[in-house]
Amino acid sequence: MTFDVVVEVTLRPGIADPQGATIERALPALGFDGVSGVGVGKSIRFTLESPDEAAARAEVDDLCHRFLSNPVIEDTSVTLTPAA
Amino acid sequence: MAPTVAVVRFPGTNCEFDVAEAVEGLGADAELVFHDATSLGAADAVVIAGGFAHGDYLRPGAIARFSPVMSAVESFAAAGGPVVGICNGFQVLTECHLLPGALQKNAGLKFRCGPALLRVEATDTVMTSKCSRGDGLSIPINHFEGNYTCSPDTLAELRDGDRIVFRYVDNPNGSVDDIAGICNEGRNVVGLMPHPERACHPLLGSTDGVPVLQSLLDAALVRTSG
Repeated sequence: MTFDVVVEVTLRPGIADPQGATIERALPALGFDGVSGVGVGKSIRFTLESPDEAAARAEVDDLCHRFLSNPVIEDTSVTLTPAA
Repeated sequence: MAPTVAVVRFPGTNCEFDVAEAVEGLGADAELVFHDATSLGAADAVVIAGGFAHGDYLRPGAIARFSPVMSAVESFAAAGGPVVGICNGFQVLTECHLLPGALQKNAGLKFRCGPALLRVEATDTVMTSKCSRGDGLSIPINHFEGNYTCSPDTLAELRDGDRIVFRYVDNPNGSVDDIAGICNEGRNVVGLMPHPERACHPLLGSTDGVPVLQSLLDAALVRTSG
């Protein structure tokens, strides 16, 4: 099976996010007053060949942990859908 | 016999010649080792120099960690060999888990470049045997992601194990506990953000990097003669 995978990498709670903070500080000048909690992360997309969804998830989790994120400072969330 | 220092080059490394020049100026032989090498040759010490290994893509050090040369570096470190990571090299050492923690973007989103005053906090490491505890060293920094962070447990381990090697006197980047450099449990692997190779000649404004690199060469020499 082929899966479309999107991995979002975000900074863990408590890890400084100076990019998010800078964006948040800039927003009032543009008239956006109600925005808070801005966080900046990464989105990584790829397709994966795997026998089934469970195997695909296991492989992506391993990939996230060992390479796509640094678990000391980052969390990941995975969206995995069978390719059309 | 002069010790041989292997200086690791990844695509995007840019401080390898400065490191080679500095250690050669102190009487060592420097040998540049490319990222795809599977052996460190006759190295008595290893320096992972600064720069932007593999473009710092994904995260600093994330891709460098999987370069073939890192297996050789890990074996060398496991056998007790002196290994030092400077700046980007420190980031590589945390990514490959030779050192704990991680380096995040500087507080305030500023690229910090200039002399930094460091305090030597531990002297029984491969980079500080020629220093005294409490010594103040002026050594340049040049980084965007030098803000050291780790879990509270790891920080406690570093403190209890006397593994914080250098602290900033005036924290330039937000590093937890003012950490500028740390070592592993064996004290033979040291990572630091400041660049001692840029403080090895009066023309560079400071010679405070000399005792730091000389310490490394002394550690290397033990292996040469041993």
